[in-house]
Amino acid sequence: MTENQSNQIDASCRVPLLVLFGGAALWLVVGSVLALAASLTFHMPDKFGDCPWGTYGHLQPAADDALLYGFCIPAGLGVALWIFARLGQTPLRGALVPVVAAHLWHVGVLVGLVGIFVGDSTGFQWLEFPRGGSALLFFAYLLIGLWALMNFSGRRDSGMFPSHWFLVAALFLFPWIYSTANILIVGWPVRGVVQAVIAWWFGNNLVFVWTSLVGLGTAFYFLPKFSGRPLQTYFYALFAFWTLLFFGSMRGVPSGAPVPAWLPTLSSLSSLLLIVPILAIAIIGWKTVVGAAGQECKGGSFCMIKFGFVAFVLSALLLIAQACPVIGRLTQFTWFSAAQTQLQLYGFFAITMFGAIYHILPRAVGIEFAFPKFIRVQHWLAMLGIFVFVASLAVGGVEQGMKLSDPNIAFADSTKAMLPFLRASTTGLLLILVANLLFALNIFVMILAWKWSVAKTVFAFVISPLNKTEVKA
Amino acid sequence: MKNGFVIFVSVFAVLFFSWSAFVLGPQLQLGGAKQVPVLNSAEVYPRSRPGEANQGLQVYRANGCSACHTEQVQQDGVACEVVLSSAGKNPSVVSNLLSTLNLRGLSQEEAQAVADKITAGGGKVETHIVAVGPDITRGWGLRHSVTEDFLYDNVVQLGSLRIGPDLADVGARLADANWQLLHLYAPKSVVKDSLMPPFRYLFETRKIGDAPSPDALNLPPGFTSPAGYEVVPKPAAKELVAYLLSLHADVPLYDAPFTPVVAAKP
Repeated sequence: MTENQSNQIDASCRVPLLVLFGGAALWLVVGSVLALAASLTFHMPDKFGDCPWGTYGHLQPAADDALLYGFCIPAGLGVALWIFARLGQTPLRGALVPVVAAHLWHVGVLVGLVGIFVGDSTGFQWLEFPRGGSALLFFAYLLIGLWALMNFSGRRDSGMFPSHWFLVAALFLFPWIYSTANILIVGWPVRGVVQAVIAWWFGNNLVFVWTSLVGLGTAFYFLPKFSGRPLQTYFYALFAFWTLLFFGSMRGVPSGAPVPAWLPTLSSLSSLLLIVPILAIAIIGWKTVVGAAGQECKGGSFCMIKFGFVAFVLSALLLIAQACPVIGRLTQFTWFSAAQTQLQLYGFFAITMFGAIYHILPRAVGIEFAFPKFIRVQHWLAMLGIFVFVASLAVGGVEQGMKLSDPNIAFADSTKAMLPFLRASTTGLLLILVANLLFALNIFVMILAWKWSVAKTVFAFVISPLNKTEVKA
Repeated sequence: MKNGFVIFVSVFAVLFFSWSAFVLGPQLQLGGAKQVPVLNSAEVYPRSRPGEANQGLQVYRANGCSACHTEQVQQDGVACEVVLSSAGKNPSVVSNLLSTLNLRGLSQEEAQAVADKITAGGGKVETHIVAVGPDITRGWGLRHSVTEDFLYDNVVQLGSLRIGPDLADVGARLADANWQLLHLYAPKSVVKDSLMPPFRYLFETRKIGDAPSPDALNLPPGFTSPAGYEVVPKPAAKELVAYLLSLHADVPLYDAPFTPVVAAKP
C-alpha cells in the first residue's frame, strides 16, 4: 500500500470518525461526572434527597450507560470502520450514511439518559434506556454496521486477518442481543424470572463478549503493527476466537439466582472454561510483544493498548474467579463484580480505544493533536485511576462478602466496613475524570481545528476569482 | 478462515446456541408457569399483588432501587429442628434431657434419635424442617427465593448488589407502613447509620390547614418540619410502601420446604 493510498483511505473515514469519536468523548466526560456524583452520594447521603435525579438509583445506571453506550460502542464502531478500511485497503464509500447514523446514535444516548433521569428506566441493568432511545440506537448501529460490512465484503485485499473475525462477530452480536432483550423484556415482556435471565444473558454478551471481541480485534491489529512482529500465531488466535465466543456467550446467570438450577450451573461451567481462551490470548500477547524490536511505547498508543491487553486478562481472571464456588459465595452481591465490570469497560476497553483513537485520528483528519503532552499524562492518570478504583472495590468487596456471610455481624457493619474503600474508589473516579477531560480536550480541539480549516477552504473558494475558462463558457 | 461467509455462518451458529440456552430454553420451561400449591395447605401461591402495590413496583423501578437492594434470599440447605410441644408428666426429667441435647441444625436421622430420647423421657416433640444460611439467620426470610415469587411481577427486580439489605421478605420483617414511610423520608430517623439517600421528593412539606392531615408523618425529634408545617407522603410514596409491604416470601413450597412456625396460643 503506497502512502498516497493509505492517506486516501484515512481521509475517506474522516467525517464519520470525527462524529463518532467527538460524541464518544463528550459522553465519556458526562459518564465520569455522573459516576463521581453517584459515588459522592455515599459520603453525604443527606444532600441528595430533594430531587429524583440526585439519587444513586438514577445516577449510577446513567453513569454506566453513558460509559457503555455513549463511549464504548461508538468508539468501537469508529475504530472498526477504520480497521476494515485499512486492512481491506478500500476507502469507505458513501460516508454520509455513517455520519447521519452516528448523529442518530448520540441522540439516542441523550434520549436514553434523559429517560433514566425522568424515571423511564426499564429497571434492568445495562438495558435501562427506554424504548425510544433503544430504537434509535438499534437503527443507528444497523446502518453503521452495514456500512462496515459492505466495506469489508467489497475489500480490495481479499485476505482475512484475525482482527476481521473478532470485529465481524461483534458487528453481528449487538443487533441480535439488543433486539432480543428489547423485544422480550421491554416491548412484549415475558413472564416472571425469564425477564431476569434474558437481562443477564444480554448484559454478559454486551459488557463482556462484545467489548472483548472489539477490544481484542483492535489489539490484534495494533500490537503486531507497533511491535513489528506478526501476530503469534494465527492458529492461537483462531482457537482463542472460537473458544471465547462459545464459552463467553454461554454465561451470565449468577449462582444462587431464583431460576432453574441448570442455568447458573451452565453459566458457572462456561465461566470456568473461559480460562482456555484467556490463556491462549495471554500467550498471543506475550509472544507478539515481549522482546520485539518495534517501537518504544513512550506513553502513547502502544502503551495504552498494551495496558488494555493486560487489563483484559486480569478482568477475565476476576470473572472466572467469581465462578469458583468458594470465591463466588464470598463475592456475590458485593462490590467485587462492580470492580470487575469497570476493569473490563474502562481498564481494558476504554484505554484500548484511547490508544487506537490517538493513532487513528491525526491520520484521518490530517491534523496533529494540539496538546501531544497530554496524551502521556492522560495515560498515567487513567491507569492510576482505574487501578485505585478496581483495587479498592475488589478488596472492599471481599471484606464486605466476609461480613455478609457471617450472620453474627450486623448488616450495617458490612456497609460501614465498605466506607473507606468507597472513599478510595471516589479518588480513583476523580483521577479518571481528569484523564477523560484531557482526552476530550484533545479531541474537541481537533474537531474545532478541522471545522476551522473547512471554513477557511470554503471561504477561500468563495472569494477566489473565477477561472477564465469558466467565464468564457 | 479466508471467507467472510464462513465466519458469518459459524458466528450465527454459536450465537443461536447461546440464544437457545438462555432465551428459548427458560421461556419454554417457565413461560407457561402457573400457581403452585402451598405445602400442607389448600392455598395456592403466588397471589397477584394488589393494584397499589403493583404501581409501587413501578416506583421501585423508576427510582432504581434495585441498584442497591436485592430481592433474592439465599440458603445453604435445610436442617431439622426438634421442638418440644409438651413436657409431659415429668417436666424436670425432660428439661434435664433438653439441656444435654442439641436440638438445632440436625440431619433427619439425628433429629429422629433426639426425638426418640425425649419421647422416652415422657415429653412430646415435633420435628421441624428449617432453611439454613446467613440470610435466613439474619431474618431476611424463612426460605430462599424461588421462581414462583416473581410470577406476576412485571418488571422483575432481582438486583445484584447489597448496598442495602435484601428486600424479598421485607413485608413480613418490617410490616409497619408508618415505619416504612419514616424510613423513606429520613432513613437516619429510624436506622442510625443508614447510607440510604432520603427520598424527600416523594413527600410534600406543606402548611397545616384547618386540621393536620391524618397522613402526616410523626417525625422523631431532630427530623421535624418547621412549626406549622407537616410532611405528607405523595401517592408515589404510598404506592412504594404498599409494594414493599407486599414483598413476602414466607410460604413453604415444594421447591423450598420448611415447617411454618405457628404462633403459640396465649
